[in-house]
Amino acid sequence: MSIHHHLDDASLMRYATGDLDPAFAVVVASHLAMCDECRHAVRLAEAVGGDYLDQAPVAALSNGSFERLSRMIDADGETQTASPAPEPPAANADGDVPLPLRNLLGGSLNDVPWRRVVPGVQRHRIEMADTNASLFLLKIGPGRKMPEHGHGGTEMTLILRGSYSDAMGRFRKGDIADLDEHVEHQPVVDSDEPCICLVATEEPTRFKGIVSRLMQPLVGI
Amino acid sequence: MLKVLQMEKPMEDPGPKTDQALHEVLISDVAVHQDKSAFETLFIRFGPRIKGMMLGSGASEDLAEDLMQEVMLTVWRKAALYAPERGTVSTWIFTIARNARIDRLRRQPVQPYIDVETVSIACDAPSAEAEMISGQHGEMVRAAIDQLPEEQKTVIEMAFIKFMPQSEIAEKLGLPIGTVKSRTRLAYKKLKDNLEELR
Repeated sequence: MSIHHHLDDASLMRYATGDLDPAFAVVVASHLAMCDECRHAVRLAEAVGGDYLDQAPVAALSNGSFERLSRMIDADGETQTASPAPEPPAANADGDVPLPLRNLLGGSLNDVPWRRVVPGVQRHRIEMADTNASLFLLKIGPGRKMPEHGHGGTEMTLILRGSYSDAMGRFRKGDIADLDEHVEHQPVVDSDEPCICLVATEEPTRFKGIVSRLMQPLVGI
Repeated sequence: MLKVLQMEKPMEDPGPKTDQALHEVLISDVAVHQDKSAFETLFIRFGPRIKGMMLGSGASEDLAEDLMQEVMLTVWRKAALYAPERGTVSTWIFTIARNARIDRLRRQPVQPYIDVETVSIACDAPSAEAEMISGQHGEMVRAAIDQLPEEQKTVIEMAFIKFMPQSEIAEKLGLPIGTVKSRTRLAYKKLKDNLEELR
């Protein structure tokens, strides 16, 4: 898969330290599952963590620490030891639903219980605990425009099917728009099939213009 | 070679200098032979540092000890999944510690991280870029970090040593969050450039 729009380097670093809100973690992990390049890139960020672990202050362990662990291991039995991964390429980049999303959605984009918000725009909200952000799928019909909007916070959009274009270029399957609060954009679905994307937003997205404002409660993003 | 390294098993903490070649052999002994003395050497090396890291990121004494045990138990169980071409042993253990921390300290789902690892195991062949940042090149990462400008290094240290969220770093340093973000971004880019230069 050729991916042209990647994660922001700051997001890679936040992923590496575990500083992503759960909704964003799902979008970032889904992109990583689809993007070889970003998987390699995240390794550099994690290598920084490895180096800091080597330099971490040494804390005294409690008495009998290893013996306790050793007993746990014995109780574990050898059968628990993982054997080299006979993992199927379950997360195959060609599938519609990347592995991190599959756990929340199931295996197919054809079974999503869409709700129409306005003509040509459907949404499926993915409920998550422990998050201040929203996570949802959008399905936008060919030729449809998303209302022009700015962001109250960070927004990430990962294309799962179809494509759209905006001022930043064309976004196809696997591409991610990892956007700051300052960015304003107006994506237009530019192919014959509907565009399905996974979106995490930090704060309600602010649409510009009265018509858009009227739409906002409907789109609910 | 394997035997010799086992015999020389250091029972004392060897200090901050990393020995990736030794760690690889130890991990492999754990994976293949369920070798407990190899595991103990890893425990002596990494246990106190994992705990130190957990304490530094706000865990209580008991929780830090507990998390350290959990991380080392995962090292024992998943030793066979360690792949040198994806990074050093220290980096691999860091990711396990990070995941344990997300799960227990932040009480957030860690599954997305595990899924990415699964994909990585299934799909990623060794690459030149991966080689660059792993294997014998662990030392280079430190050299690259040392070359960062002070203001970028500060932000990176807070994020990786204290596991401070971006918002907290901004607050501590009295900076807008956008500045913390751009320093993080610059640091990453500089690290990448430095590594390419050192190579």
